[in-house]
Amino acid sequence: MTVAVVQFGGSNCDRDAVRALDHLGVDAERVWHEDGLPTDPDGIVLPGGFSYGDYLRAGAMAARAPIMEEVRDAADDGVPVIGICNGAQIGSESGLTPGAFTTNASARFQCEPVRLRVERADTPWTAAYDEGDVIEVPIAHGEGRFEISEAAHADLVADDRVLFRYCDADGNVTDAANPNGSTDNVAGVLGERETVAVLMPHPERATLPDLGRGTDGAGILRAFA
Amino acid sequence: MTAYTATVTVRLKRGVLDPEAETTQQALERLGFELSDLRSADRFEVDLDAADADEAADRADEMAERLLANPTIHDYDVAVAER
Repeated sequence: MTVAVVQFGGSNCDRDAVRALDHLGVDAERVWHEDGLPTDPDGIVLPGGFSYGDYLRAGAMAARAPIMEEVRDAADDGVPVIGICNGAQIGSESGLTPGAFTTNASARFQCEPVRLRVERADTPWTAAYDEGDVIEVPIAHGEGRFEISEAAHADLVADDRVLFRYCDADGNVTDAANPNGSTDNVAGVLGERETVAVLMPHPERATLPDLGRGTDGAGILRAFA
Repeated sequence: MTAYTATVTVRLKRGVLDPEAETTQQALERLGFELSDLRSADRFEVDLDAADADEAADRADEMAERLLANPTIHDYDVAVAER
């Protein structure tokens, strides 16, 4: 019984995720995608990186890897699944969550701390926070702009499935606080189940106290604790 | 069976921001070119054998649906020619 951190060719945040989970007392192990999921995993992390060199579209190739069928089945069974950065791109490409993550409005790779407003506090990913809390977590992506059709966005909002929005220090959701041009400042969304989530920012980079940043991201990974 | 080339063109839906195209347009303008707009697209040329052109187009269409395009942001079209 462990959390499986799925490693694709080109994943590069898999070790960071395992370290962060270890720090929180969560048993986690890296799983090479070709080996398939372990039996009855406690949870699944799709980590950040550049799987398959971002060929075609970020996450497009990994989303079609056979292990993702196992991940979707596990998600349907209620196993907690989180996609982080490239893992978020893989999650949306594989249909785990709605919308798509595509080229930043700036057309640049952006690596910087951002602030997120917690939009839901009643999910496993946000139980450590209160609704409206502002947390600081870094981003590092070139394709993080959340795009979604108007109709699907309306459904997303109506179903209250936006988990995090980019905001300023006071929690105001503004264009200036939107680092990449995401629709409605969306930084992270829930799947059909609250146990499935994706987000572009990196909670595993804001969990270990010795990294010189805050530890605001730890609460997200505590979903597995 | 006949040999075909199916050309799949994948482009962003109108209205979806294309920062790479905007940057490319700015670079062209910096070089002194005058243009009113620029759009980019990905083109895939798929060689395949099929019973007829319709079958070749159907298969290329499914490739676009399942991998080459992301329906959230893309439109695509398929053109088939004998090879």
